[in-house]
Amino acid sequence: MHEFSIVQNLLELLEEEVEKHKAKRVCRVEVLVGLLSGVEPHLLELAFETFKEGTVAEKAELVLQIEKLKIFCEDCGKEFEKEELNALCPSCGGLNTRIVGGQELLLKSVELEV
Amino acid sequence: MCKECGCADGHRHMHKEETKEVSLFKKVLEKNDLQAQENREHFEEHGVFAINLMSSPGAGKTTLLERTVELLNEFKIGVIEGDLETEIDAQRLRAKGVPACQITTGGACHLDAFMVHEGIHELPMEELDLVFIENVGNLVCPASYDVGAHLNVVLLSVVEGDDKPEKYPVMFRQAQLLVITKIDLLPYVDFSVERAVRSARKVNPSIDVIRLSAKTGEGLEEWVEYLRFKVRSFKRSLI
Ligand SMILES: Nc1nc2c(ncn2[C@@H]2O[C@H](COP(=O)(O)OP(=O)(O)O)[C@@H](O)[C@H]2O)c(=O)[nH]1
Ligand SMILES: [Mg+2]
Ligand SMILES: [Zn+2]
Ligand SMILES: [Zn+2]
Repeated sequence: MHEFSIVQNLLELLEEEVEKHKAKRVCRVEVLVGLLSGVEPHLLELAFETFKEGTVAEKAELVLQIEKLKIFCEDCGKEFEKEELNALCPSCGGLNTRIVGGQELLLKSVELEV
Repeated sequence: MCKECGCADGHRHMHKEETKEVSLFKKVLEKNDLQAQENREHFEEHGVFAINLMSSPGAGKTTLLERTVELLNEFKIGVIEGDLETEIDAQRLRAKGVPACQITTGGACHLDAFMVHEGIHELPMEELDLVFIENVGNLVCPASYDVGAHLNVVLLSVVEGDDKPEKYPVMFRQAQLLVITKIDLLPYVDFSVERAVRSARKVNPSIDVIRLSAKTGEGLEEWVEYLRFKVRSFKRSLI
């Protein structure tokens, strides 16, 4: 389960922000989780709750924003959003497509107590 | 004592909670990704093509590497072993005269770019053309970490079932090549190569596919030819 190691990376970024803004602590963390990021939102939450203790994020609330898959179909010439984890075009059913979103794991924003 | 700040002198002061919202849009794994980029540059400085081999445990990564070094003798090959905590896999390759280093992942379920960086410094990079990184046997976690390879390969053995690409879409999405292994066992298992390929292409329409058996040798020539092509195009791109 790599969500533990991902949370360690996240906590490091939070420490850096706290230091940079000379803040007291983190109140809220917003993370964007792409459906195809390889990260299980539930496990990420669990790992965050486990590891935040004793860090600047001890009292922080983690808010996950799930990002759907975005695919571009060359045949339809259009972009589509979808929830199934495949690249099939929801309109024509074809596979002349590119996945253009929903693969990322981003720290979107933090709310700091200063 | 003041309850809010803990200061001793019982004074009366205001504690207003001031908060600040900072917008970041940063990759959570940005440090790993930067190190991965550095690894890639490191490989390139030495003209080395790097391949990340991923699969579940026992799909046949080490066996395929053993056969590959026998067949691909025009390139000098090195191996970074991440699978298992023991030295067994690295020793299997050293027995073939291949420089191989074992990374101690400390029980981690994947390799990250920092671990691979350590491996790079243990190999005689100036002598090598091609480095294989044998990732930890796992179809989930390694898919989230760029380790700095030029090619991601996923192995799927026919005994694992043809539904794996559907069950592990992120892994089959990250790979540019799917190698279906142990095809000598096809008569004994219900595995449809066609179904496996179709479901892999559903998530990764452009994925290449090679089927082979390290045991009978079937398909190995195609695999080796694929590697020759990749390494040569890479070397040309560096000039
Ligand atoms: N029948 C058959 N067995 C294989 C083949 N390739 C590997 N194996 C066996 O599968 C087992 C696991 O192989 P190994 O290379 O250690 O897998 P790894 O964990 O992915 O490195 C070993 O017992 C191998 O002998 C193959 O092509 N055919
Ligand atoms: Mg192995
Ligand atoms: Zn894991
Ligand atoms: Zn379409």
